[in-house]
Amino acid sequence: MTSLFALVDCNNFYASCQRLFRPDLRTKPIVVLSNNDGCVIARSNEAKGLGIKMGDPFFQIKELIKQHDITYFSSNYELYGDMSFRVVETLRTFTPNIEVYSVDESFLDLGDFKFLDLPSYARNIKNTVKRDVGVPVCVGVAPTKTLAKIANRLAKKSTKADGVLILTDPYHIEAALKRTAVEDVWGVGRQYAKFLSSYGITTAFELKNAKDAWIKKHCSVFMLRTVKELRGEPCADLEVNPEDKQNICTSRSFGEYVTELPEIMEAVTSHASKCASKLRKQNSCAKQIEVFISTNRYSDHPFYHNIKKIILPTATNSNLELIKYAKIGLEQIFIPGYLYKKAGVLVSDIMPADNVQLNLLDTTDHAKEQTLMQFIDGLTDKFGKDTVRVACQGTGQKKDWNLKREHVSPCYTTRLDQILTIRI
Amino acid sequence: MKNVPVLLPDHSYVELLNVDLSDDFLLPLYSCQVSAGFPSPADDYLELQISITDIVTKNPRSTYFVRVHGDSMEDVHIPDGSVLAVDRSLEVVSGNIIIAIVNQEFTVKRYMKRKGKAYLVPENKKYQPLEITPEMDFEVWGRVVMVMHNP
Repeated sequence: MTSLFALVDCNNFYASCQRLFRPDLRTKPIVVLSNNDGCVIARSNEAKGLGIKMGDPFFQIKELIKQHDITYFSSNYELYGDMSFRVVETLRTFTPNIEVYSVDESFLDLGDFKFLDLPSYARNIKNTVKRDVGVPVCVGVAPTKTLAKIANRLAKKSTKADGVLILTDPYHIEAALKRTAVEDVWGVGRQYAKFLSSYGITTAFELKNAKDAWIKKHCSVFMLRTVKELRGEPCADLEVNPEDKQNICTSRSFGEYVTELPEIMEAVTSHASKCASKLRKQNSCAKQIEVFISTNRYSDHPFYHNIKKIILPTATNSNLELIKYAKIGLEQIFIPGYLYKKAGVLVSDIMPADNVQLNLLDTTDHAKEQTLMQFIDGLTDKFGKDTVRVACQGTGQKKDWNLKREHVSPCYTTRLDQILTIRI
Repeated sequence: MKNVPVLLPDHSYVELLNVDLSDDFLLPLYSCQVSAGFPSPADDYLELQISITDIVTKNPRSTYFVRVHGDSMEDVHIPDGSVLAVDRSLEVVSGNIIIAIVNQEFTVKRYMKRKGKAYLVPENKKYQPLEITPEMDFEVWGRVVMVMHNP
C-alpha cells in the first residue's frame, strides 16, 4: 500500500486531439460525436460555454451548430488511441508505476518518491505532456485514488489552481470535500447520490463522516471502501495491467435496431474476426469464446440479453475456427421478435500460441490455417482492416449495424496517406 | 472376443484384451512442435533489425510526420512533397527549422534571432523573411528533425 497518487487526465481529450492538428480551431467551439454520430461525447470549453452538454443528441444541437459555426467531428478512434499511447509513454518517463485507467486518465503511484516537491513535480508533468504530445492535462495529487480524483476535478475547475492541485494537507482536503457534491465522488453514481441525499448526505465531506456500520448496511462494501478513501485510507492499490490481455472482447452497438438473424450473424462474425486478429497480434490462442446479444436496456420495448459460452476443443486464433463457434453460439441464443441493439464476442482462457496442445481428435489442418491467417494479416496491414473477410461477415457496405462516421478527421498519426499537409 | 486372464507370480492376474488384428483402424497422428535438427550458429548473434524510428527521431512519442507542398524551403533540400519528422519535445534555438503556427495556419521556416528580434526565414530567394512581433499570433509547433524525399 502506498500513500500518494497522482491522477493525470486530459482536458476534453477527443476535442483536444482534433485541435492539435487544426490551429484554426484553437479557440473555437468544437464537438466530437459518439459512435453513429449519435450524440456529443466531447466538447471544447467554448462549446460547453454555449450550453452544449455531454450526451446531447446531434440532431438536437444542429441549430446551435449553424448559429455559432460549431465544427463537429465523428470519433476517430485510431487517432485518439495513438494520442493516448503518446500521453501514457510521456507519463512513464516520470514513474514506471502507472495504471492506465481509461483512454484519457492515468493514475501515477508517487508513494516511493521521498521529499518530492509536489507542486513543481505535478506542474512539470502537466507542462511536459502539453509540450511533448500537444494535449492539455490536469494533475491532482492526494493520498488515495478517490481523493486524487477529487483533486483532479477541482484542478480542472479552478482558475486559481491552473490545472494542478495537491491535496495532502488535512485542511485543504476538508475544504475540497465540502466543495464536492456526493455524485461527483468516484464510485458514487446518480442512483446512490439520490439515495444518500434522502438521508441528508449531499457532499463528499458528509459522506466521509458517515458511520461505517450505516454504510455497510445501506450501501455496499464498495461504498465503504470509497468512504475510507475519502478519509485518506488507501484501499485501492495501483492496478497495473499485464502485458497480454487475459480476455479480449469486441462488441458494438448497432447503428439501427436489428431484428433478423443474418444481420446479427454478420456483426458477430466480424467481431469474432477482430478477436482473432487481436489474438494473433499478441501471439496467443484462446480456448473459450462467448457470444452475447442484447436489446436496448434503456428503452420501452421488451428487454432480452443472453450469453453463450463455448469451450473450444483446441485453443485457436484462427478466424475460421472462432467464426464457426461464434455462429453456433449465436444460433443458440437468438430469439426472433426482439429489437437488438448490441452484440459482441469475448474470447478468454488465453495462452501463448506456442503452448497450444493439439487435441487428439482434431481434424483441422492448423498449419494450413496459420499460413492463411498470416497472409490475411499481411493484407490487412497493407490495405487496411477488413480487406479480406469471411463471406458471412458481409460485404461491408453500409449496413444497419455498421458505424456511421460521416465527419471523421484524417488519421494524422497512424496512416501515412493521412498525415498533416502544410503549404510552405 | 473373450479376455484372456494371465496369472502373475504373486498369484494376482491381469486380463489381456483380445484384439482382432484383422480389422484395420486408423489412429490419429498426435502432432506437436518438435525441435529437431541442428541449431543455427547465428542464434547467439541475433540482434534486432535496424528500426527506421531510430534514424528518424530520438523521441517517437513526441514526434509527428507532416507532408509539405511548396517551394519556400527548396534551398535547404526540402523540396515540394517532402515528408518531415517534427519533434515537439526539443528546445528551439536560432537556426532551427521549425513548424510554426502563424495566424492559425501551419508553416515551415527557419527560426532566426538577430539583434533581439525574431524572424521566420524562408530558404528560397523568391520569398521574404517574416518578423515575429509580440502582437502576432505566433506559436512554435515543433522542431524539424528529419527531412525525407525521393532522390
